[in-house]
Amino acid sequence: MWVRSTMAYRTSFLIMTLGNFLATGLDFVAIALMFTHIGELGGFTLDEVAFLYGTTSVAFGLADLALGTMGRLGQRVRDGTMDTLLVRPVPILAQVAADRFALRRLGRITQGAVLLGWSLARLDIDWTLDRALLMPVMLLSGGAIFGALFVLGGAFQFWAKDASEVQNAFTFGGTTLLEYPPTVFGKELLRGVTFVIPLAFVNWLPALYILGRPDPLGLPAWIGFAAPLVAGGCCAVAGLAWRAGLRAYQSTGS
Amino acid sequence: MRLYAAVAVSGFKRYATYRVATVAGVFTNTVFGFILAYTYTALWDERPHLGGYDLAQALTFVWLGQALLAAVALMGGGFQEELQDRIRSGDIAVDLYRPVDLQMWWLATELGRALFQLLGRGVVPMAVGALVFELRLPASPLTWLWFLLSVVLAVCVGFAVRYLVSLASFWLLDGTGLSMLSGLLCLFFSGMILPLNVFPGQLGETARALPWAAMLQVPADVFLEERRGMGLLAAFAFQVGWAVALLAAGRAVQSAATRKVVVQGG
Repeated sequence: MWVRSTMAYRTSFLIMTLGNFLATGLDFVAIALMFTHIGELGGFTLDEVAFLYGTTSVAFGLADLALGTMGRLGQRVRDGTMDTLLVRPVPILAQVAADRFALRRLGRITQGAVLLGWSLARLDIDWTLDRALLMPVMLLSGGAIFGALFVLGGAFQFWAKDASEVQNAFTFGGTTLLEYPPTVFGKELLRGVTFVIPLAFVNWLPALYILGRPDPLGLPAWIGFAAPLVAGGCCAVAGLAWRAGLRAYQSTGS
Repeated sequence: MRLYAAVAVSGFKRYATYRVATVAGVFTNTVFGFILAYTYTALWDERPHLGGYDLAQALTFVWLGQALLAAVALMGGGFQEELQDRIRSGDIAVDLYRPVDLQMWWLATELGRALFQLLGRGVVPMAVGALVFELRLPASPLTWLWFLLSVVLAVCVGFAVRYLVSLASFWLLDGTGLSMLSGLLCLFFSGMILPLNVFPGQLGETARALPWAAMLQVPADVFLEERRGMGLLAAFAFQVGWAVALLAAGRAVQSAATRKVVVQGG
């Protein structure tokens, strides 16, 4: 339904898909501009940064496509339209995800995939079986971790009501962080995104293994393979938070 | 004049009611500030004095960007969505009957909103940045004054651009795609992602001449005391020039649009 309704304004849809394609694209243009002045950033070449960038974009794009509308949940709680969802015999999470489902978000995944392909063609990776297997595992677990963050953010809205910006700090902030090499950041920040909010498992840790580079925190190389487990844990936590949020929900209606 | 002042005050008050949202925004700006500050540190470690900035200036630029993001609406937003909604729903017809100037009305709300966002979402991230990193804050109180003037002009230019974009809804009906595109262009060409003086060659020269440069790069250069004396004057002339040109263009488009206005829904 939402797909058809966006198609009603065809020009706008085309501009928007293009916009989504450009959205992440311009960020990468900025990085490419940086590399006109330097050869390496934090010890990483442009091709390697493109690899990090592409994997983040695809993982985030998957989560955004499925659950990107979570950001609107606060508005639903505020204006009381959340109640309509509660009385329907369909899981609430599915309804929120489908609400204003926007096909234009494909733009981001496409852009990420193009960049990822470009970097893979240029990088000289030693393709062993485990590395090849880790690629899809990394993208899917990454998407699941971002998805869990979206749901957590949504659950938080039941209490905070108009704090969707906090969610942006973790989701959009997270993607910005993961686009750059981990060596750029301070050790405290790295520990934070490895052990507290496990963003490092979205792409840094698996990508370091694929690129054959050591982890700046000195974690063992196989840690990248823990990504699916971490993703599962994140989803479980997000699911519990979502239930708690729904229980705590108080309608604003009279 | 008194009417527009009242409108500006109500714009300020309206945003002041969203307290949780403001705190959330401060949090987001601070997180992004940290991420960018680290990447800029890595960049300036490789190339000290890149774009004529030293590291302290580059880091100050990062935090200025975060402090001005909401006030100058560098990602779009503000009045834009509401105006577009009114155009799409046809409510704009009611606005056009009112005995006030449409453009000035929205500019007044925008100035009120910007003042609140500057205080509410600008001061804290900047203070956090100054505490954690070594920033280059202006020594002279006069520079602070010039900076504030430059920010007001930046808000006017930003408003003029987004007003033009919003008016496109008269023809496109659904303006979300275009406003998104304009938000992206603004992020890139204002210097928010990367300072414009780091842009190489012809691209850099073009970027520095476009109106978006008036929205972050110029106020930041005033703050960093890169613009002094005649340079300062040129900076203001640049901002005023774009503001006047774009506001006039907005006015022309507005009268063209109202002549052809088709009110949806009868």
